[in-house]
Amino acid sequence: MGPVTHRTYFELGDDDRSALGEQVGRQRARVVDRLREVKRVVAVISGKGGVGKSFVTAALARSLVRREAQIGVLDADLQSPTVARLLGAAGPLHVTDDAVAPALGTDGVRVVSTDLLLDDGRPLTWRSGAGESHVWRGAAESSVLREFLADVAWGALDVLFIDMPPDAGRLTDLATLLPSKLAAIAVTIPSEESARSVHRALTAARDTGVPVVGIIENMSGYACGTCDTIGPLFTGDAGSRLSAAFDVPLLARIPFAPRGGGMTWLPGAVVDAVLHPGNGA
Amino acid sequence: MKFLCIDCDSQMTFDERQQPGDGTFTASFTCPRCGRRVAMLANPMETQLVSTLGVEIGGRTLDEQPLEFTRSAVAGRDDAFVDEHSLNASRAPRPSWSGDAEARLAKVPSFVRGMVKKIYSDYARERSIPEITPDVMDRAREELGLEGM
Repeated sequence: MGPVTHRTYFELGDDDRSALGEQVGRQRARVVDRLREVKRVVAVISGKGGVGKSFVTAALARSLVRREAQIGVLDADLQSPTVARLLGAAGPLHVTDDAVAPALGTDGVRVVSTDLLLDDGRPLTWRSGAGESHVWRGAAESSVLREFLADVAWGALDVLFIDMPPDAGRLTDLATLLPSKLAAIAVTIPSEESARSVHRALTAARDTGVPVVGIIENMSGYACGTCDTIGPLFTGDAGSRLSAAFDVPLLARIPFAPRGGGMTWLPGAVVDAVLHPGNGA
Repeated sequence: MKFLCIDCDSQMTFDERQQPGDGTFTASFTCPRCGRRVAMLANPMETQLVSTLGVEIGGRTLDEQPLEFTRSAVAGRDDAFVDEHSLNASRAPRPSWSGDAEARLAKVPSFVRGMVKKIYSDYARERSIPEITPDVMDRAREELGLEGM
């Protein structure tokens, strides 16, 4: 039997009953509908782990709540969720007809995180016995992220913070789901290594068209609890260098304060920069 | 995704989707001209990939439920979610049964009567219906697809 010539997909005039493209389109429309009352979405990015990104996300959320803003936090670090605990949020999550109510943190921050779904000490795993999970795991994580956006009753928010995982690629997923409204804040520590990783994350944001509100340098010195001074902790000036390289403001330097452990309040200028971007704060 | 009957040069129509429970799925198609049927058989990994995307071959028949994929796919705490309907139903007072409704329930074979009674009771509780009558039973049968109960 020789080669068979036949019509191709676009040459067949009848509908594609599966209409997978339309199904995906409806999923994205659901995200947009759900976030209609959310004024802005701010992804907290770093490009590397261990810089205190979740700590800074929690500090941002609580600092804005003190200004009576309505704040939500979506923990997109699905594999290593920590921000729910930092905000004092706990499950279970209540399911209604068309949405899941977010958990409430101690300050009233609305929170959703895989930390609320997983057994203590257990990693994120999937029920599927399909195997070859490397093929579909990334898509599964994207679907969870999409559902956290689309199916949680976020309500009216001034800002929805998204605590991003260390890898820069997830920001692209987010930008696909939220072509408008999305901005980013980058968190770094002063070191050269951090500067290089955060540089990549900022480049990804720029390439994806996500505007960057600014940079926060965490662990920027050591705040002595007894003599009230700030001493050196890491060498380097990543915050200043990244600020200059990407022409975005260095919003704050947060010293490491072991006794402060619970909470850091961010300066009013940072709160203003997040609530009112573009005002030169 | 479209299927073409090459002999007839006709686009085949989607018939049905089946998930036999072994992690695979099947979608069958028929040629509207010659009646030839074909089945597309997906292996577990392909089935998982489609499920992961939150889409359904042949189109969705039910609206997407909140966190549908997350709740079914993430292996986590049994008590991670509380269904408000179940919660409300468990808090609501137990509905009473009218004489006519009880007489009708008595006609249900005894080995499934308890289950059927619970289905009607849950239906009434979830809708705050204080008394189950034959009308309520008819409505429940229609809405829940309980033919023969």
